[in-house]
Amino acid sequence: MSKLSLRARLAATLGLSAARLSRATGRGDGSVIGGRVALKVEPDVLAELSRGRQLALVSATNGKTTTTRLITNALRALGPVATNEFGANMPSGHITALSSDLEARNAVLEVDEKYLPMVLSDTKAAVVVLMNLSRDQMDRASEINLLAQKWRFALRGSPAHVVANCDEPLVAWAGLGSSNATWVAAGQRWKEDSWCCPECGGHLDRSADPHWECHECGLRRPEPSWVLDGDTVTDPHGRKHELRMKLPGDANRANAAIALATAAVFGVPPDNALPRLREVTSVAGRYSSIQRGPVEVRLLMAKNPAGWLESFAILDPPPVPVALSVNAQVPDGRDTSWLWDVDYTVLRGRKVFVLGERRTDLALRLDTDDVEFEVIDHIDQAVAKTGTKRLDVVANYTAFQQIRTEWGRVT
Amino acid sequence: MNDSALRIVWIYPDLLSTYGDQGNALILERRARLRGIPTEIVHVHSSDAVPVEGDVYLLGGGEDRPQILAARRLIADGGLKRAAERGAAVLAICAGYQIIGETFGDDKDNPIAGVGLLDIRSGRGDRRAVGELVADVDPALGVPRITGFENHQGRTQLGPGTTPLSRTVVGVGNGDGFEGGYAGHVVGSYLHGPALPRNPGLADLLLRWTVGEIPPLPPGWGERLREERLAAAIG
Ligand SMILES: [Zn+2]
Repeated sequence: MSKLSLRARLAATLGLSAARLSRATGRGDGSVIGGRVALKVEPDVLAELSRGRQLALVSATNGKTTTTRLITNALRALGPVATNEFGANMPSGHITALSSDLEARNAVLEVDEKYLPMVLSDTKAAVVVLMNLSRDQMDRASEINLLAQKWRFALRGSPAHVVANCDEPLVAWAGLGSSNATWVAAGQRWKEDSWCCPECGGHLDRSADPHWECHECGLRRPEPSWVLDGDTVTDPHGRKHELRMKLPGDANRANAAIALATAAVFGVPPDNALPRLREVTSVAGRYSSIQRGPVEVRLLMAKNPAGWLESFAILDPPPVPVALSVNAQVPDGRDTSWLWDVDYTVLRGRKVFVLGERRTDLALRLDTDDVEFEVIDHIDQAVAKTGTKRLDVVANYTAFQQIRTEWGRVT
Repeated sequence: MNDSALRIVWIYPDLLSTYGDQGNALILERRARLRGIPTEIVHVHSSDAVPVEGDVYLLGGGEDRPQILAARRLIADGGLKRAAERGAAVLAICAGYQIIGETFGDDKDNPIAGVGLLDIRSGRGDRRAVGELVADVDPALGVPRITGFENHQGRTQLGPGTTPLSRTVVGVGNGDGFEGGYAGHVVGSYLHGPALPRNPGLADLLLRWTVGEIPPLPPGWGERLREERLAAAIG
């Protein structure tokens, strides 16, 4: 990294010590504060830090942190990898990640959806990985069609190799902006944001799922070279790989399929990558199991309707109860309307606890779906009342962080 | 459609459903069912014809392009207008509210023709209105103070044929001190998504319009949520 300018080096050093300071003072994981200091000192530092490296940028509404982690694990087959593993996914977090490992030839960065065009332009990343786009925190996020349009435009002007989920019409349309794409059939459970053609607004024909097609302008699902079917991934050579991931659920199988395709772009074949994906058991506290007295508690974070749908699909079967916690702080979105986009009827017949700062919103929503529930004030009440040795918890962003903090930053 | 049930027609969930709009259909169904009124929810996609014989029609929010597409299809179809003319109740939210007016603005504020159920004209304001809204409903409707979340850049002018739904206490609404509008059994509002779950009184107004007098229900989670949100917004 001798090309780094002196000021960039200085910025990186400053950033690093601020990160150490932040960790030492217990203010957080340290990954955001470090970069914030660095950005003030050297605006071009992100470009400087990216030079001469192979970068993959990972973006989506859901699964960014997990997929970043999976790709990182796979690429470690080639040597050290710089990454923002604590989910600090804006440029300040990228600077911290890149400056904390100046020797790593490869880097995998999780990128906030809105920042993707800017970060792509700054870093000249070699690979861009796109999984899904769905409604999320709509009191402040831009409309997702607009977001897809910005992605498409950014990719049109970039030589980056795109690895994208062709089963998500919005993502595929964005990815089609690139002339160099690897398509992965990774599936789509949440379809409520993709009944309209992203190109012309026409009705998408999705009758032959997973195929989709617009009869008005002809936009259609690109032909995949990687296909996920159940737990099996078929690679471009027609070879089949059983995933057998430790992380649960279809959403994580989709993340793994995309990670395998991305690893292959970097030259790591599936046979080499797959065992490394299976090593991942928990990501920033998500999916982790915590022992609270006699009860094993599993924490699932879900921030939006698509995420809740995926979480419900991986709950332990009854009689294992589930606790649902919802807040509406700024990082969650101040608006709880999204609760009405989720179907809760799958929770009928199960013991359900409701908590969080917006538990009344959730209570009305469950009541409307004829789901019985008990309102509680604190997660430990759910632990005390499980009646079994297990408890699943689904919480949105700050509700999840509150539980983690109360139980001592479980990772 | 089942003609012995209360028919709730959800217009174009594929184009107009952004902010939990499904909640309005679900809460109408529930509050009818709790009074022993059988219901049926009919989803009408943008490729389907709009049935004329529904009792309550619901239109939700949507982004710019789907909004224009929905307006065009509703005008060409004509079913919603005929249903409103024969006295069906209509609740239209956000983009839907603008669509049922005379005109609304596209992304450059060029006027686009609406369905014309309400004598209103909508355009774009300078900045987005985002946050909790509280408003006092026209006393003629017998609905207590309403609350909800608004997230829109629309500004709506009411013509002489339309009455303001409510007077704004907190929030922006139409942009002139009022929020929403109604005429006959057609009502529009910027209170997006689950406007009816958060305001049981508004849900019961639509039910009264369609089936006549209905017995009151004991206060439940909806009433509790409304009080909680009012307290949070007013302080
Ligand atoms: Zn099209």
